Amino acid sequence: MNDVALLLRRAGFGPTAAELAAAKQAGYATTLSALLSPPGPDIGSTTAPVPRLGLDSYANQPKNDKQKIAANQKRDAQTWQITRWWLDRMAVAGHQALEKLLFFWHGHWATSIDKVRSPQLMLRQLQTLRDSRDFADMARRMAVDPALVYWLDGQANTKESPNENLARELMELFMLGIGQYSEKDVKEAGRALTGWRVSVGSERCVFEPKNHDAGQKTILGVTDTFDTRGLVDLLLRRESCPQFIAARLWYRYASSTEPIPKATSERMVAAFPAPAAMLRALFEDEAFAAGAGALVKQPVEWLVGAMRQLGIRVGGLPDETATVILDGLKSLGQLPFAPPSVGGWAAGTVWLTSAAAQVRLGLAGTLATLANTDKLTPESVAYLLCLDGWSNRTYAVLRDVRDPRHLLTLGLASPEYLVT
Amino acid sequence: MDALTRRRFLIASGVAGGGALAAGAGVLGLAELLKLATRDDSGDHRKRNKLVLVTLYGGNDGLNTVIPYADSAYYSARPELAYAPESVLRLDDALGLNPRLPGFKRLWDAKRLAVVLGVGYPRPDRSHFRSMDIWQTGSPLTPVHTGWIGRWLDGTKAPPESAVSFEPVLPPLLAGESRSGACVSIGGLTLPDGISTEMVAALGRPEQDEPLAQARAATSYADMLQVERLVRQAGPAEGTADDADHLELPATGTGGAVSLAAQLSLVARCVEAGVPTQVYSVSLGGFDTHAQERVGHESLLKQLDQALTGFVDRMTTTETGRRVTVVVYSEFGRRVRANASDGTDHGTAGPVLVMGSRVAGGMYGEQPSLGDLDDGDLKATMDFRQLYGTLVESVLRADPARYIDGYQGVRLPIFPDD
Repeated sequence: MNDVALLLRRAGFGPTAAELAAAKQAGYATTLSALLSPPGPDIGSTTAPVPRLGLDSYANQPKNDKQKIAANQKRDAQTWQITRWWLDRMAVAGHQALEKLLFFWHGHWATSIDKVRSPQLMLRQLQTLRDSRDFADMARRMAVDPALVYWLDGQANTKESPNENLARELMELFMLGIGQYSEKDVKEAGRALTGWRVSVGSERCVFEPKNHDAGQKTILGVTDTFDTRGLVDLLLRRESCPQFIAARLWYRYASSTEPIPKATSERMVAAFPAPAAMLRALFEDEAFAAGAGALVKQPVEWLVGAMRQLGIRVGGLPDETATVILDGLKSLGQLPFAPPSVGGWAAGTVWLTSAAAQVRLGLAGTLATLANTDKLTPESVAYLLCLDGWSNRTYAVLRDVRDPRHLLTLGLASPEYLVT
Repeated sequence: MDALTRRRFLIASGVAGGGALAAGAGVLGLAELLKLATRDDSGDHRKRNKLVLVTLYGGNDGLNTVIPYADSAYYSARPELAYAPESVLRLDDALGLNPRLPGFKRLWDAKRLAVVLGVGYPRPDRSHFRSMDIWQTGSPLTPVHTGWIGRWLDGTKAPPESAVSFEPVLPPLLAGESRSGACVSIGGLTLPDGISTEMVAALGRPEQDEPLAQARAATSYADMLQVERLVRQAGPAEGTADDADHLELPATGTGGAVSLAAQLSLVARCVEAGVPTQVYSVSLGGFDTHAQERVGHESLLKQLDQALTGFVDRMTTTETGRRVTVVVYSEFGRRVRANASDGTDHGTAGPVLVMGSRVAGGMYGEQPSLGDLDDGDLKATMDFRQLYGTLVESVLRADPARYIDGYQGVRLPIFPDD
């Protein structure tokens, strides 16, 4: 019970040995408060400022193939730049729980640069998620976020030719959950969302009244002349909305296999729409403590946690080395800004494929060579990686290894280090 | 490959005759040989059907692959890109193959090529990414995390080697909820400096009292070694003198990707060696022909033709090979009308090609009409789930309704011995 190490592993990307030692001193309640309401600005993240990308290379509409090729190359380079930046930022952020929560929201409103293409719009979306006061504010902003709208064909959704893609996902994946609405509701909600055009240059959605369907719509039993804001507010008022968000937080922070217990859900729903307060309710719940070892680390969590514990700055590495790390992460199936679908990343044992096993071993080897390793023993590796200890199996492998880099490689790849 | 592995491969695949077998007995050791023989004799996997899925990434131009050469609308929609009737390899009085597909034409004449026409899905999506996701998950209406083959792996509790890809990243179609296909690196297993297979094997032993997810993490290392071992038995050549025959592994393609021919060569080795894999996923990329389409598309079709006909021909020579069915698909076709850059933009439905000894060659379904378009795009005449259902039932011998949501239960008569 009240396992402070579990709290740190789940709430952030993975504590350093020093952070864990301090948290053990401070106790669970103090640690929890410091995580969710950190005092003062995030000093750590000031060393990884948001990249200034300038105008999107397509903002001035390249005219011929040559210009398009140049514009695409610039976008590719900037995509790589922001991906590397965010991984670095995740590692150095002092406000670990808030940065991890941001990664949660990114996976929730899962938008991929593979379709959006504009690094500027992706970065804009991330900033919007970061700036949102609570879930209600976030939902209102995301419904007109240019990256999300483009991703779900909102710019093609007009009065004349409605496209219900965004409306469907708003209900199914972002706000209510499947089964909480009818196909008719999706169609009607699609009409409410008509009229937005994505402006790459100004990084926002522009409302075109002539393309908006201002007529009456009946959505979830309510008839009105809904527009985007009206629709989002309607969905926010539904009972299923806070329940759905509580269940999504549970899925990522507590268990991807067990459903959220009713009592836990009720306590979290009471704190809606403030995500940090909902998380506090979760972390104070018995059901959270009972699920130790049940979550498989996502590749980003594994990598960022390892970089924190080993003191590796992906932002400070030579480009070639950073590329090796990003390529490895891609092979593991998880690059920030590129979720595989609007449903976000998978969870659980899907990360544990035989293909991933080989990639992970290679990446662990790379990280081990980048770390400062003097003398290590199996015990000190466990301390460094903030593990409670080794299983007999893993200890038997480690005990005969002398080279600290090899020890570290095996520790990072160990089954113990792949779950929280 | 080293002499011992190669010997084992030759014996296992039946390439080597009695002499080699006798000689091999000394090299391998009696116990090992017996073990191999036992596996081969008892293994009913040799009698199981096998599926090779060929994914064409980028959106293959279906209208310039299976060409409606008798339709004047085809010529008026894309005058610079259309193939003249006399250059087309005619299949019937309406459709013909691209001139770069002579091998496919030969398979057609031998009644081993089935052309499934106008395959697509409702509410077509023009994003490569989303559309490929829809094809691979087999779920057009709602996004799901699992691929249609992945769900079959889940449902049959299949061992890791049941579905294999030779690409570095697991294609979504092989991802299941509790299981997934294996990605086998073409260069074989490479471990970081100082890490031995023994160490990895030791990490791969789950313990009784550890959390389930942690045990699964351990097992993934054991899976990795098991799959590598199985494939290595059929393994790729490494330039020894006696490899200079059709078993030679062709060069890899540009950009670090493994060429289709190389991937298929490995599939052939595995099939012939009796590796108990039932589904193979291979791919060829570069079909996103927005500009100057003709040259690029022809070069891709030529690669496809040579790699696949070589493979299909080779598969007809063995009994296990004759159980192999190849399916070629892409995330969408191109728009009917050419664009201003002598290319085509993202479209909708396209033909799916099915080939192999078990296949009854011919046309299936209906060619979408060029006179009845949906905002400039072909209207799909067949839902891909009907084809998937047929493959699940007739190739994998499983219940399609379990793995393909929305399957209508109408099996295509592509496999007559069923």
